[in-house]
Amino acid sequence: MNVTPPVQSSILQATERAFPFGPPILELSSISLRFGGVQALTNISFNVLEHEIRAIIGPNGAGKSSMLNVINGIYVPQEGSVTFRGERLSEMTPTQAAHLGMARTFQNIALFRGMSVLDNIMAGRILRTHATFLEVAFQLPRARREESENRAAVEEIIEFLEIEHIRKTPVSRLPYGLQKRVELGRALAAEPKVLLLDEPMAGMNIEEKQDMCRFILDVNDHYGTTVVLIEHDMGVVMDISDRVVVLDYGKKIGDGTPDEVRSNQDVIDAYLGVAH
Amino acid sequence: MTTGNLGLDTFPKLLLHHAGERGERPAIREKHRGIWRTVTWRELAKETAALAAAASARGVQRGSHVALLGDNRPRLYAAMCAAQSLGAVVAPLYQDATADEVASSLQRANVTHVFAENQEQVDKLLAILPRCPMVQCIVYDKDRGMRHYKQKELVSYDALLTQGRELAEQKRDFVQGEVADGKGEDPAFLFFTSGTTGPAKGVVLTYTALIDRARLAATIGELNDTDVAMAYLPPGWIGQTLFGYVQPMVVGYCVCCPESSDTMLSDMREMGPTYLLTTPRVLEALLKQVSLRVEETGGVKQRLYRNCMAVAQRVNEQRLAGKTVSTTDRLKAFASDLLICGPLRDMLGMSRVRVAYTAGDAIDPELLMFFRALGINLKQLYGSTETGFFVAMQRDGAIKPDTVGAPLEGVELKLTPQREVLVRSPGLFREYHADPATTAQAKNAEGWFHTGDAGDLDQDGQLRIIDRMAYVGTLKDGSTFAPRLIENKLKFLPYIREAVAFGDGRDKVCALIDIEISATGNWADGRGVSYTGHAELAAHEDVYTLVADCIARVNARLAAEPLLAQSQIHRFVILGKELSADEGALTRTGKLRRHVIAEQYRALVDAMYGGHAGVRFGDETDEVKIRDAKVVAPAQIRRVA
Repeated sequence: MNVTPPVQSSILQATERAFPFGPPILELSSISLRFGGVQALTNISFNVLEHEIRAIIGPNGAGKSSMLNVINGIYVPQEGSVTFRGERLSEMTPTQAAHLGMARTFQNIALFRGMSVLDNIMAGRILRTHATFLEVAFQLPRARREESENRAAVEEIIEFLEIEHIRKTPVSRLPYGLQKRVELGRALAAEPKVLLLDEPMAGMNIEEKQDMCRFILDVNDHYGTTVVLIEHDMGVVMDISDRVVVLDYGKKIGDGTPDEVRSNQDVIDAYLGVAH
Repeated sequence: MTTGNLGLDTFPKLLLHHAGERGERPAIREKHRGIWRTVTWRELAKETAALAAAASARGVQRGSHVALLGDNRPRLYAAMCAAQSLGAVVAPLYQDATADEVASSLQRANVTHVFAENQEQVDKLLAILPRCPMVQCIVYDKDRGMRHYKQKELVSYDALLTQGRELAEQKRDFVQGEVADGKGEDPAFLFFTSGTTGPAKGVVLTYTALIDRARLAATIGELNDTDVAMAYLPPGWIGQTLFGYVQPMVVGYCVCCPESSDTMLSDMREMGPTYLLTTPRVLEALLKQVSLRVEETGGVKQRLYRNCMAVAQRVNEQRLAGKTVSTTDRLKAFASDLLICGPLRDMLGMSRVRVAYTAGDAIDPELLMFFRALGINLKQLYGSTETGFFVAMQRDGAIKPDTVGAPLEGVELKLTPQREVLVRSPGLFREYHADPATTAQAKNAEGWFHTGDAGDLDQDGQLRIIDRMAYVGTLKDGSTFAPRLIENKLKFLPYIREAVAFGDGRDKVCALIDIEISATGNWADGRGVSYTGHAELAAHEDVYTLVADCIARVNARLAAEPLLAQSQIHRFVILGKELSADEGALTRTGKLRRHVIAEQYRALVDAMYGGHAGVRFGDETDEVKIRDAKVVAPAQIRRVA
């Protein structure tokens, strides 16, 4: 397994954080999720502190995406509860989750392929828009004002993610790494409290991964956004996460700082395999 | 319309003049977050005054050196003028210079204050700070990622400006006094030479020299305050600072800063500059992009493009030669302009360009003619950092593609027996900073400056530059070997990005070829040639055949020129990776550093002359292939035919 020291997080610990950790913003207690007879998640509890970068890792099929979908409200667990910003949510739809301040990206990119980068990120502002359909259709003052406010916010994100040069390019013409970045931009446009990233580095080459790592760290540092991310590639995750949850076969087998997790025997076994 | 009035002999004085004369007109435009934002002359003057107040509180004073490290930004321009208001000398550095290069520049110029653009530049500066103890203060413009930086030398531009605005009231008389104390003969800028033939030297230029040359060039170009220029080249290069700072100060026209170098083309199209400075490198890149796109289309469009360009080029040549153009040709040229040239000018963002110059390096006549045929009034400009940039330029109605034009007013030219060009001009530099020995070597007691360029004057008094003196050599048979002329012909072809010709003291010419990866990759895609990266593509047999064809074409053109007929390329190698400035093979302005390249690629060059078919080189896994090129019969025979 990867034994290189966590470069980035040590730097962050050495200097003071722009946004120190707050109380738990998201709490999961005793989550169990079944699909028919298949036990996808078994009695999983962990929390996410405000302003931290929390990773969920595990081998393929460990239940990482199911976990994220539970947080996001796509799956409703048979047992257990999700508490988000002090509100206990037993049944929550993804729309409610978005209203409460969650935004996410998807493992396989889900952008509007025919639309430009700008329009895609503008779409992320939809929850920040209050003008009605008719107001927008007739370009009444509130709609116009909101449009320019939204555009200003989107331009800030475009600058932040360094994608000025593709602002007007249709998404379908962009390489994979940039599409991932645009998707991150759209999620950021909603000004989320918690950002859920589903395998943000999957399928990328080393350079693209490094870029993505830097952007995730920058988002956390600049906006103070809490980040929950899923990865199966341990190397990158260990470098950027504050705390890591490890899942295997739907069970939690480790939880703690990257160093703690790295020296956890169960985790080593799950990743390297063990003779029974 | 220029500011010829007496008394306006420094840039801070000129700025105040414009703030009064055309205060509400745009001085600088910058695209920021997708929107063009305007800084008027009045705003620029106000910001400059505030900055100057704060900078003086932090120790900037008459005679101190202030370095700029960043891209063209309104704030860096304001910083330049603020430093000059206090009588400091401004040293613009290349923003992509390595930390070591920056360190040596800072040490050489004894820089005390640095204005840096962003975190990237600050990181470089902090890394070298222990080696540069004289640096007291680093001002950074963009605060992204700067939250964790606590060094006492650092201050943000915003903080400095706020402080300056508070101080502006009480320091107003002081700053105004400092501006008034500034004199034309004071040093204004310290530019570092590109260092083609040796380490970079700090060239000190006075206000008078710069303003005098800029004013003259503005008169020739008939510039006025409605003109628009783009600032997209590195400010460390004197050409950019002249066109983006000095001339706007003299004339009062507006400079536009693109959002980033990646968005340059579309930004330029939005602003439609009327006055343009380019380099042969930029033009080559543009032409390659055009040819690449044309390759990608097919059928009717491609044929239309070829035919129209052929007509445009023929008519353009006839016009330059002073021949009358037949009515049919005129009609055809009109149609070509309507169908191809006009739209293409628009795509390149050059449809409003009245005057464009190419400078900084020798340009291949064919490249120049391509853009002229497009209908862009592109002219050559000759000059260097030491000569105040404006030495000779092509004039409307007297353009010969292979000369750089006639000397400007006030410039005297002289050729040594070895054909070195000597210049005496009011625009000459004052000295190399803190290096009287080198200054005396370059500029003699009568004020003649040794340019280091070999050239000759033709019967109309137009100057033709052959190459750097240090690079002009002779082949074994005694004929002149001018590598740059050969290389420029190679670089004109879309598949070749860079070329290095060898031949001094040898019996024949050989060349290292660096392929243009986008065009060649595209060509390979079209043919189903598969490759994993630059190195593999460069070593591919089909690519060797392609380049051999290119060289054969260049050889045919060389054979047609008496001076170069013996310089045809006999053998060549395709390099597995790009020549880059970071490895020292190129200067920051993209010129070849031949002594470095000769050293780095010695094994390859020796193998080429040794007659080998391949050689092991560097960390490449396979042998680097060497191939023969097709050489064309000498020119004399062809001319008879």
